Amino acid sequence: MSSFVLTGARILGAAKTDIVITDGVVAEVAPGASAPGATRIDADGLVALPGLVDLHTHLREPGREDAETVESGSRAAALGGYTAVCAMANTDPVADTAGVVEQVYRLGRDAGLAHVQPIGAVTVGLAGERLAELGAMADSAAAVRIFSDDGHCVSDPRLMRRALEYVKAFDGVIAQHAEEPRLTAGAQMHEGEWSARLGLTGWPAVAEEAIIARDVLLAEHVGARLHICHVSTAGSVEILRWAKARGIRVTAEVTPHHLLLTDALAESYDPVFKVNPPLRTDADVAALRAALADGVVDVVATDHAPHTVEDKECEWPYARPGMLGLQTALPVVLHTMLDPALLDGGGEPGPARLDWDGVAERMSRRPARIAGLAGHGRDPAPGVPANLTLVDPAARVTVDGGEIASRSRNTPYAGRTLPGRVVATFLAGAPTVLDGKAQR
Amino acid sequence: MITHLLSAADLDRSTATLVLDTATEMATVAGREVKKLPTLRGRTVVNLFYEDSTRTRTSFEVAAKRLSADVINFSAKGSSVSKGESLKDTALTLQAMGADAVVIRHSASGAPHRLARWVDGSVVNAGDGTHEHPTQALLDAYTMRSRLGTLEGLRVAIVGDVLHSRVARSNVLLLATLGAKVTLVSPPTLLPVGVGAWPCAVSYDLDAVLGDVDVVMMLRVQRERMNDSYFPSAREYARRYGLDVARAARLPEHAIVMHPGPMNRGMEIAPEVADSARATIVEQVANGVSVRMAVLYLLLGGKS
Amino acid sequence: MTAPPAGLPEGRPDHDAANRLKSTEAADPGNHRPILTGSDLARITARIAHQILEKTRGATDTVLLGIPTRGVPLAARLADRIAAFEGVQVPVGTLDVTLYRDDLRLQRTRAVGPTDLPPGGIDGKRVILADDVLFSGRTVRAALDALNDLGRPSQVQLAVLVDRGHRQLPIRADYVGKNLPTSLAESVRVLLREVDGADAVLLAGPSEDTAPAAGGERR
Repeated sequence: MSSFVLTGARILGAAKTDIVITDGVVAEVAPGASAPGATRIDADGLVALPGLVDLHTHLREPGREDAETVESGSRAAALGGYTAVCAMANTDPVADTAGVVEQVYRLGRDAGLAHVQPIGAVTVGLAGERLAELGAMADSAAAVRIFSDDGHCVSDPRLMRRALEYVKAFDGVIAQHAEEPRLTAGAQMHEGEWSARLGLTGWPAVAEEAIIARDVLLAEHVGARLHICHVSTAGSVEILRWAKARGIRVTAEVTPHHLLLTDALAESYDPVFKVNPPLRTDADVAALRAALADGVVDVVATDHAPHTVEDKECEWPYARPGMLGLQTALPVVLHTMLDPALLDGGGEPGPARLDWDGVAERMSRRPARIAGLAGHGRDPAPGVPANLTLVDPAARVTVDGGEIASRSRNTPYAGRTLPGRVVATFLAGAPTVLDGKAQR
Repeated sequence: MITHLLSAADLDRSTATLVLDTATEMATVAGREVKKLPTLRGRTVVNLFYEDSTRTRTSFEVAAKRLSADVINFSAKGSSVSKGESLKDTALTLQAMGADAVVIRHSASGAPHRLARWVDGSVVNAGDGTHEHPTQALLDAYTMRSRLGTLEGLRVAIVGDVLHSRVARSNVLLLATLGAKVTLVSPPTLLPVGVGAWPCAVSYDLDAVLGDVDVVMMLRVQRERMNDSYFPSAREYARRYGLDVARAARLPEHAIVMHPGPMNRGMEIAPEVADSARATIVEQVANGVSVRMAVLYLLLGGKS
Repeated sequence: MTAPPAGLPEGRPDHDAANRLKSTEAADPGNHRPILTGSDLARITARIAHQILEKTRGATDTVLLGIPTRGVPLAARLADRIAAFEGVQVPVGTLDVTLYRDDLRLQRTRAVGPTDLPPGGIDGKRVILADDVLFSGRTVRAALDALNDLGRPSQVQLAVLVDRGHRQLPIRADYVGKNLPTSLAESVRVLLREVDGADAVLLAGPSEDTAPAAGGERR
């Protein structure tokens, strides 16, 4: 295998140094370090982060290859600085058997652009009626550890309790899509002033908060791990804060779009802003930023949800919910969360702040631990698998829907200028992205 | 001067007043032997109706024809609309046909806003989902002004299913713009969360409001709401929120009773009240044509 | 009305719409040269009233219809003079021709003015249209079309304060206050007390500030 020297890189924003990668691992980190025959990569001033890990990606394959494939989705991931993505189970057929999760796993391995870690469905066909073969998926080649009916809530409390208990046997975790379905029938957007004015059926915050409250209590009761997908409300943050203070083993993710966008965007009736859970209010955005900064919300996960043009260029109520996220997640997080001093003043002003180490913790290390991905989420250091990404913190990029690697175009950020540009990504020592371009 | 009519919020006070004043002139045409003006000769108005509404569609059709526009009715039945053609493709078709204005009725809130992005002509919202119905609000305001002389300071109660009512949304916005004082009266289940931000008052008690109004507008309540636990039974709804003879008797003498139609007689309004002299229900229909003539003229009567 | 959503500029409510629609030509006299004074106008109005009485044999079965804006006070003044001279009350009305104009698409939407016919109507009557300036003849053409939809007069006549020439249609006035030869580059402005606060007829040479305000009419 070939060798690379990344010169002048700043690991987690620290002083410039040189990183030598040989045979898939970081061989040496020191100024002036080198290796015979190594390809030299000018990383002068770029910030080196451990390769990003996404706990929540919809790759749409099998079933909706017109919207995304494992290959196109993992290319978008690599361009976004990701080296591992967890593929949600709501494919067609649903990833509720060892066969389907192994298929997705192999498609990811063949594409070779990111580690694709399948998530298994909790219930057969996501129907919420009986448990899928969770153990078989755990024992499969895909070694599934996260189980989720995402897109649907495991709303039956008894079934949820059983799922939480059952996966303890193989250190699994249930990732709950917290949405009480009886409170969100026909829901189109956050229930509040904007839904009242726009005449769109409301999705009340309590529908999320009630499930989170119930599930942290269930997790406590049975001593299980629980992960909450895409937390979107200030109330959810308060429940999570309480649960964590109580020692309940719960982790939570927030999406980039819930850190930046609000329900006011629905005024255009452009379904590119339709997502589930819906965009919330300014107060929710502020609470989520603060929670991500103080660790009540553990990680950023994209909920990358590609949809075809036909599913988005239509009337709002007929459109499918979801937004692209992989290629814009890091810039949005840098924009909303990174201390502006680290970005030449390019971020949004506000109290909730992270440094580069905080970004690495929430977008790489912690998600890797939650997903049980041993080779990922480790800072570049000798002997560590070379999964890393190089970011230019001085760059400003205007999002162009036409330049997205995903098969779909439903980015809510088109036209926005965001800080940070992923220059290179290395997956197990091989470049998947160089000079901002995918290598395969 | 004006491109589309998508929401009553798009009308500021002077523009809204201009529409009503223009409608007053248009109304004189209805009294003539020749009920036709040459004004929009050569212009094409498309009625794009995804929901059945003979009443509204006919009103727009008469309005457009009285102004000599060509009218094309593009209804969900017997067209590509029912064959699942997307709104965008339909929009491009209408565009190719040279539609100067598209009047759209759609069950999805916001469909007119989407359409307005895809066609060059003017888009008129003729009712979208549970969002708005601005020409209904204009004809209601016109009716109030003709009956009571002014809108400034007028006390208007809008009673019923506000949550699902596009008529209520447009009326609250337009009447507030024109200086009227609106009170929404409804069981709490049929008011939207977020109604507190609207420019109106809210009450759960019809009897407390009735003695002190100039206009009471009854909204249609669909019996199906009962099955969704918005209220326990049609009987209980009628008892608490229906305008029966006894309640109507407590209205101030000059107060008028309005209903956008179609009515559920015996549910939200008693037949005796609907047929009484203070009811404006038939006038509202006639005024609808004048107001829609005014809207079409103001949208299409100048340089495009 | 509006509104491509998301606050695009063209989606903003048009706050000045009504004002602009109702505005007439700017009051600033600019480089206008007075042609007729207030007392000239009084004499001219009296003369036209006499001519009407003469030509209509006492103004019987006659209706005066003013074309907005300044034709309306002109019609009222003529009726007033006729009443003063002969004690005859000629019914007066207003005929708005906006919806019959052939130039609607050339300008922003115009406000529609009131049309008020006198109680006796116009069927079988001699209708005298009153307007301030006769120029292209298109306004009068629109008025004839409007009359046609409103009833069937026995005869239609036209009274104007100023005929400035440049007809584009085969139309002439029956009563003319003053024939005023002009060049096309000039503009004529009639001021009437009821509308403008003073009585005068002004002629302006070719200059930018004679350009009509939106909604106003170049005469």
